[in-house]
Parts: sequence; C-alpha cells; structure tokens
Amino acid sequence: MSALVFALVFWLAAWGANVWLSNSRWSGTWAVRLTVPLLFGATLLVLWEGLVLGLGVSPVILPPPSMVVQTFATSTETLWIDFVQTVIKGALRGFVIGALAAVLCAILIDRSPFLTRGLLPIGNFFAALPIVGVAPIMVNWFGFDWQSKAAVVVVMVFFPILVNTVQGLRASDALQRDLMRTYAASYWQTLVKLRLPAAMPFVFNGLKIATTLALIGAIVAEYFGSPTRGMGFRISTGVGSLSIDLVWAEIAVAAMVGTSFYGLMAWIERKVTFWHPSHRT
Amino acid sequence: MRAFLPIVTVLTAFVGIWYLSVAPMNIRVALDQVERSGAEVVPAGAVERRSVSVWRLMAQNPDHIAVGYDLDRPRLPTPAQVGQELWKTTGAMALKGRAWSKRSLIHHGWITLKSTLWGFLLGTTLGIACAIAIVYSRTAQMSLMPWAIISQTIPIVALAPMIIVVSAQIGIEGRGLPKAVISAYLCYFPVLVGMVKGLRSPELSQLDLLKTYDATGLQSFLKLRLPASMPFLFTSLKVGIAAALVGTIVGELPTGAISGLGARILIGDQFGNPLAIWSALFSAAILAGLLVTFLDLIQRLALRQMGAQA
Repeated sequence: MSALVFALVFWLAAWGANVWLSNSRWSGTWAVRLTVPLLFGATLLVLWEGLVLGLGVSPVILPPPSMVVQTFATSTETLWIDFVQTVIKGALRGFVIGALAAVLCAILIDRSPFLTRGLLPIGNFFAALPIVGVAPIMVNWFGFDWQSKAAVVVVMVFFPILVNTVQGLRASDALQRDLMRTYAASYWQTLVKLRLPAAMPFVFNGLKIATTLALIGAIVAEYFGSPTRGMGFRISTGVGSLSIDLVWAEIAVAAMVGTSFYGLMAWIERKVTFWHPSHRT
Repeated sequence: MRAFLPIVTVLTAFVGIWYLSVAPMNIRVALDQVERSGAEVVPAGAVERRSVSVWRLMAQNPDHIAVGYDLDRPRLPTPAQVGQELWKTTGAMALKGRAWSKRSLIHHGWITLKSTLWGFLLGTTLGIACAIAIVYSRTAQMSLMPWAIISQTIPIVALAPMIIVVSAQIGIEGRGLPKAVISAYLCYFPVLVGMVKGLRSPELSQLDLLKTYDATGLQSFLKLRLPASMPFLFTSLKVGIAAALVGTIVGELPTGAISGLGARILIGDQFGNPLAIWSALFSAAILAGLLVTFLDLIQRLALRQMGAQA
C-alpha cells in the first residue's frame, strides 16, 4: 500500500512543481521547457509502478516499469536481433525505397498538370486508407522474410510522401519561376535550384508522417508470418506465452526507435530547410 | 468538376495496369492448374518452372494466360473478380434478405464501423479536452504537448495485442472496447492539434473586444473561441475518422478476432482465400470514403449555418 501512497504523493508534488515552474519567471528557459515534460513523464511511470505494486496487479497482466527495465537489460541480445530484423531490414529499406519511388513519381507526374489534378485527390484518398490490410497479401507474394515487410512499408509510405511532394513542387511562386526564366534556366536547372528546394518543407512533412507508418507496417506484417525473430513476431508470441515483460521491453524499443527516427527526420529537415521562416531565429 | 476528367483518366490507368499485371502474377498458378487438368505446358512440372522467369513462361504458353484471369485462388485477382466477390457478399446477400448473416460484409462492416465510431467519439472528446487544457493552462501546454507528439511516434500496433489481452484479463467482454481504445489513440492527435490551432485562431483585438464587453471566460470561450475553431475542428475530424478506421482494423488484424473487416482479412489469409482479403480491403476503403464524405457534408452544412463563406 505504501507504494501507492508514495506514487500519489509524488504525483501531487510533481504536479505542484510543474505548475510553479511553468508560471515562474524562468518558464521561457530551455531548462524548464525540458524539465516540465520530463517530470510529467516520470510521474506517469511512478504512478504506473505505484498502482501495480500497491494494488497487487499480477505481472502477467501489467508488469511494473522496473520489471520491464530489468527484462530489457537481461535480454538486450534478443532485442537487438529483433531490432535488426524489423527496423534495419524491414522498415528502413522499405522507407528508403518507398520515399525514393514517391519523390521520383511526383517529379514525373508534375510535368503534366492534367495528371497532377487527377492524382492529388486519389493520392489523398489512398493516404487515408487502412493500407496495413495489404500485409497478408504481401507476405503471400514475397515470403516470410524481410522482403515482404519492406513491401508493406513501401506501399504504406508511398502515398503520403507522393501527395506532399506534388504539393511541394507547386510551392514556388510565379515570380520566382519567372526569374528563373529570365536567367534562361532549363527545366532541370529550375527543378534542382528552385523547385526542389522550395518543396523540401512539404517533402519532409511527408517523410515525418511516413516514419511512424514504416514502423507500423513492418511490425504488423510480422503478425502474418515471419522468421523466428523480429519485433512483431516477439510481441505476438510473447502475448501468447504470457511473457508480457518481454513484450513491454519490445514496445519500449519500438517507442524509442519511433521517436528517434522522427527526431532524425526533424533534424535533417532543419539542416536542409534552414532558410524556411519557421526555422529562422 | 474540373478534376473529374483527370481523376477518371488516372483511375482508368490504375485499372489498366492492374489488369496487365494479373497475367505475370498468376501465370505460375494458372500453369499448375492447367497441367493438373491434363493440358500440355512448356516446361512441364512445377519444379522445373520455378527457375524460369514469368515472362518466358508467358511467351511459351500464350494459350494459357487467359486461365490466370479466372482462378479460384489467384495471387492477384482481377478488378472484376474483386467486384463480383464484393457484390456477392453485400448486395446479393441483402437482396436475399441475409444482409446480417455472418458471411456478409455488411455485417462485418457494421462491426468495424461501430468500434470506429466509439473510438472516434472517445478520441475526439479526449483531443478536444486536452486542447482546451493546453490553451488555458501553461502547465498543461508545457507538460502535455511534447508527450502528445511523442505518443504519435510510437507504433501503436505494437500495443494492440497487449491492450486486447489486458482488457480480456481484467474481465472486459468482447473486443469492442479494446478496438475503440486503439482507434481513439490514433485519432485524438489530429483533433488535439487542430483544436489547439483553432482555439488560438481569434485575434488579440477580438479577445480584447470581448474583454471590453466584460465577458466572462466562459462567455468568450463559447461565443468567440469555440465558433472560431470550427473550420479547424472539421478539417481535423476528417483526418481523425480515417485514422480511427485504421486503428479499428489494426485492432482486428493481429488478434484472432472473428468479426469485423480486419478479421475478414485475417481469416482470408488463414484459409488461403485471397478474394476474401481483397473484398474486405475494398470494403474498408469504401467505408473510409463514405465516412470522410459524410463529415465533409456536415462540415459544409455547419459552416454555412454559421455564415462562413464557402
């Protein structure tokens, strides 16, 4: 019971501290901007731990975070193998292929305004569809190994990136394009020097949406058949064999991978689109 | 309407490419089937054919290509086959008065629709509540917003089997609730972001005007901030409902559910029935289209009522 009381006290204290910090005169500094969300996250973990221990929840249903951390530490080898199989082989390859294909397609389509008008609404529609459903079809076509996972990822990331890139290629305004024409720039020169850079904020928007989709695709595809490794495989078998702590460790890996993948994209975006008003300081 | 002709062109191109790719995709299955029924196939034997490319197979057996367009278990069904299967499991059954039978996609679509709507309701409420908290409280903004963003980078599907097992062990009957939780998780974020933007969209001078009227906080919320946020709300609702449908289907996919469109995909996979997978996929797409169109209609009606210029 004391664990529960401690968790509740910690919650109230952290809440108070956050209210005080965010209304104090340091609230604009980066230290406070970092502390407040971190404290909030820590509170959630402490509450979880306290509730599980205090109410005596069976670890088969919900293991406390401390147990998940232990499992994480003892089974890093398994987690690493799964990480390589799902993220490096499946998600990342699919992401790269899908993104390249989408950008190339967008550049091709962009040459014809007629096709662009037709493809934008259709692409938008496809981007909203539950495309994960193609996972069993892809597993059937490409076999159990990473090729089928990459194929699902390609299909999932293709449309969001395509739609965003097509929109981005139209982002440069008429004045700028006229200027390129007065320079007697060719189509390719205009594309490389003006329109592609101008499209980058849109492209990265699509890429950032696609990071999460890539992981979802790679994990779901493993539910339909995979070699005896991979995050999706471990999660689905772990749930079946009640090794829930290992499942949570995999979820933690997935969360970290998802967040850092997204963070990486955001970082590259800042480097590439340093000229954009939203990044100027 | 300007987009009508281009859309039709692109769709026709899609269907055309689809028909063309059926031949190479299905040629092996077709040749196996033809050979079993006693016809002459070059080269003979499924094992010998494995090392031959599909293009050569097609060139050497031109008479049998057509068989690939009418297989029971094709690797890639033709659009017509998918359409027929769709009609057989929806319209034709409805005409026979068996629209709610377990084999009908109307029944499964309804199950999926129900948990999608529950999840949508849950996610929207949560998103709007969080948005209001974020707009009115600095603390909430600083502590919630980063986690809201991080939560979207976590692949929820990893959690889907987890949520279903946990809720089963706590003693929640049926799969409605866990599926709704997953779809709520996917759809609250667009609503949250849209509403924060919308609630902050009134200008400072407008807020000041209300202050000169001596309006209370509640009044300025109801009469200014909330109406001003409506266009943003509807735009994000459309994103949200599509996300909610994805969430429900993901919730049905990996977990051995027996009803719902996702479960049809799963069962089609387990019983080696590609037509069932494809028709379930297409009905999910149609459902998504209907939901978004429906919200679009409501948006137009509501905004016209509020006097917005369309």
